[in-house]
Amino acid sequence: MKNLSWRAVSVIAVIVIAVIYILPTIKPSLWPHKKINLGLDLQGGMHLALEVDTEKAVESTIERISQEMRSFFKKEHIRHIELNRIDGSRISVQLQGQENIDGFEKLLDKEFKNLRILSRSTHDGILTMMLDLPDKESDQIKKLATEQALETIRNRIDQFGVSEPDIRQQGEKRILIQLPGIKDTKRAKDLIGRTALLEFKLVDETHDLNSALQGNVPPGSEVLYGIKEDPETRRVIKTPYLIKKRTLLTGAHLTDAKVQIDSQYNEPYVSINFDKKGGRGFARITGANVKKRLAIVLDKKVHSAPVIQEKITGGQARITGRFTTEEARDLAIALRAGALPAPVNILEERTVGPSLGTDSIRKGLISMCVGGILVILFMIVYYRASGLIADFALILNIILIAGGLAGFQATLTLPGIAGIILTIGMAVDANVLIFERIREEMSIGKTPRAAVDAGYDRASLTILDANVTTLVAALVLFQFGTGPVKGFAVTLSLGVLSSLFTALILSRLIFDYFLVKLKSKSLSI
Amino acid sequence: MQFIKPDININFVSKRKIAFFISLAMILVSIASLLIHKGPRYGIDFAGGTLIQVKFSVPASLNNIKSGLAAIDLGKSSVQQFGDQRDNEYLIRTDISITTSQGFSSKVQKALEASTGNEVNIRRVEMVGPQVGKDLREKALFAMFYALLFITIYISGRFELKWVLSGVMAGALMGAVYLLSVFNVSVPYLIAAALIVTLLLFWFLELKYAMGAIVALIHDVTITVGIFSIFDIEFTLPIIAALLTIIGYSLNDTIIIFDRIRENLRKYHKNPLEFTINRSVNETLSRTILTSITTLVVVVALFVLGGGIIHDFAFAMIIGVIIGTYSSVYVASPILLAWHGRGRKK
Repeated sequence: MKNLSWRAVSVIAVIVIAVIYILPTIKPSLWPHKKINLGLDLQGGMHLALEVDTEKAVESTIERISQEMRSFFKKEHIRHIELNRIDGSRISVQLQGQENIDGFEKLLDKEFKNLRILSRSTHDGILTMMLDLPDKESDQIKKLATEQALETIRNRIDQFGVSEPDIRQQGEKRILIQLPGIKDTKRAKDLIGRTALLEFKLVDETHDLNSALQGNVPPGSEVLYGIKEDPETRRVIKTPYLIKKRTLLTGAHLTDAKVQIDSQYNEPYVSINFDKKGGRGFARITGANVKKRLAIVLDKKVHSAPVIQEKITGGQARITGRFTTEEARDLAIALRAGALPAPVNILEERTVGPSLGTDSIRKGLISMCVGGILVILFMIVYYRASGLIADFALILNIILIAGGLAGFQATLTLPGIAGIILTIGMAVDANVLIFERIREEMSIGKTPRAAVDAGYDRASLTILDANVTTLVAALVLFQFGTGPVKGFAVTLSLGVLSSLFTALILSRLIFDYFLVKLKSKSLSI
Repeated sequence: MQFIKPDININFVSKRKIAFFISLAMILVSIASLLIHKGPRYGIDFAGGTLIQVKFSVPASLNNIKSGLAAIDLGKSSVQQFGDQRDNEYLIRTDISITTSQGFSSKVQKALEASTGNEVNIRRVEMVGPQVGKDLREKALFAMFYALLFITIYISGRFELKWVLSGVMAGALMGAVYLLSVFNVSVPYLIAAALIVTLLLFWFLELKYAMGAIVALIHDVTITVGIFSIFDIEFTLPIIAALLTIIGYSLNDTIIIFDRIRENLRKYHKNPLEFTINRSVNETLSRTILTSITTLVVVVALFVLGGGIIHDFAFAMIIGVIIGTYSSVYVASPILLAWHGRGRKK
């Protein structure tokens, strides 16, 4: 064959490229390409699937609008019987008297154009109206909520310090997070999952807390709890507070949050800095409410409710509350990264300890070696010298798969190792098919060279056909699979492709070399 | 060395009736077991729930573990030994998916340390919520279905050069599935309906090779699932991967025999089809057995040495390789013959 040397060059090129890609995995200093990625099941770590409760984002928007409406009513002197958020994301308004109704309608057209009127009825001069957001708008809010949650969580994880986290959106409102090598999974989950909505609200001191606890909650206020754990007795103490619903200021106006140590009590606290607007707002609020109690509410829990002594300018505040240093640090991270626009729920969690991962790698490699050696021995015994060619092809197969994993930056998982092991068993199939054909051709009296040519010609198409089906199965699996299973699909596909290459091109080349170049007259098969 | 002599001539085809009854019996037993167990036993990937793998420093008794777990209300839970006996590892599974799992694993660790007096190492925690479980179940079924679909398109295109026909058929089938899914038909019924439609279409369009191949595939998957059900092994994501690989592997065998049949049909066109099929099976027998041996060797190695996590996967592959090899000889080819026996000329 005249193109023998040309084929040899391309085969060697493929092998060299594969080896170059594998090198960093064996010796990272050789050249700066990434190592083969190990999946979480092999290196340990945590996989989380979160769902953003986007409905809550719509609800809080509606809540904000109804608060706004309330303050407009006050400003324009519109008297209402009822103004409430009901059924999650609807506003129900009841007004009496023509001037109130007219004023409301004017307000509705001017300031709340985006609200959709669900129903209106007038009965005995009382107007009852139901309002909500149009679908397009609420869909937009939901979409934004997920995007913003993703961004916020990414910020938090970056600041928490995890090497190579993988955070991505899946579907409409799910977020997938992979944190390789993480040890303190509880802390990470707490940090990721907390809403971190910081609110400053006034304590309702005009009404009685005890009657509110018995169910007589005055409109516009709510009962929230302060939760503290006594470090000595480890008892959890819940303190109720009656808090006005209206939010004066949120954590959205923060520029910085950091941990500091109180010199007096030697306890860590989080000091926060407001931006200009927030600082002005804080000064105005504190100035207007001197001698009243201002509650610092974080995720619906009251952290503290100090009495405002004087107007606070300078845009600084501190959140205290018997933190450990770690808690304070995580809270500062969460506040800096910002609040989640809606709560998130953990739908799926998979945690693998690093020792289990190491075990899995060891066991996977042992079974790979044992299986591989048995197959190699079997091929030599059964096909003698030709078996040796198949074995050479087999070892190259493994190198090519590893090169492919490194080159495509794919992830090796435990099922992925199983896929390589399976490939070892199935990759010899292509060679077996060819060898059996060659034996058939030789048994009808063909010369070795003619038999090899005929064997390859006839078996090639069959081999292609047979491998396409495995490839189809692997590709479907890749589409559907998650994490570890995807790793299996990757190694299986790589295995199929590389075994096609080694059987149809590489082992053929070796046969041709012996039969054409060296003019070998016999064939050991 | 040769196991199979070149002049071997086992009369496989004449035993196809016996094989038919064996297959039928295995399928019936599989279905019966599935019915008795009320469907396959889903692992937490598909059913939702929480799974914890713990390792003790010294052997611990099952009773102590259970009493420790009873102290921290886990709902309905089960404990089983995992992997090698000397590893002292146990799998704890509960049906509830503990979404508010703040500090859950340390709670389990403390409870177990108190009840067994041993050092406890939590090696793996997997929690799957019910919604994710349901999603994964549907995705897995669809994956199986699409794998079957694409493969049949390929076979009918490749073997009978009816690419357009098979493409149109696939389009119609996907349309039908889409239509049914709009009406909220549950996925298992959807797949069953789609499979029946596929078989009927093959029948009327006379795609006999594809028919043989897909019947063999359904046969393999049903029996593997049945054996899993008999041994009460859980279905997890890796098992689905194994099933899809089995589909690929079994088809691999089938295609190689079909290829030979097609080639021999030209060579021995004067002989009856029965002879050609039998001849083709014999000619490829050596290869069929060799490949099965090498594949079995590696999956057995994986089964014995691969550790607990990959154990069930390897078991599925062992069954699949055996059944897949059997089915390509005794199911796929006889279907071709049965087709011929219908008396239609083709």
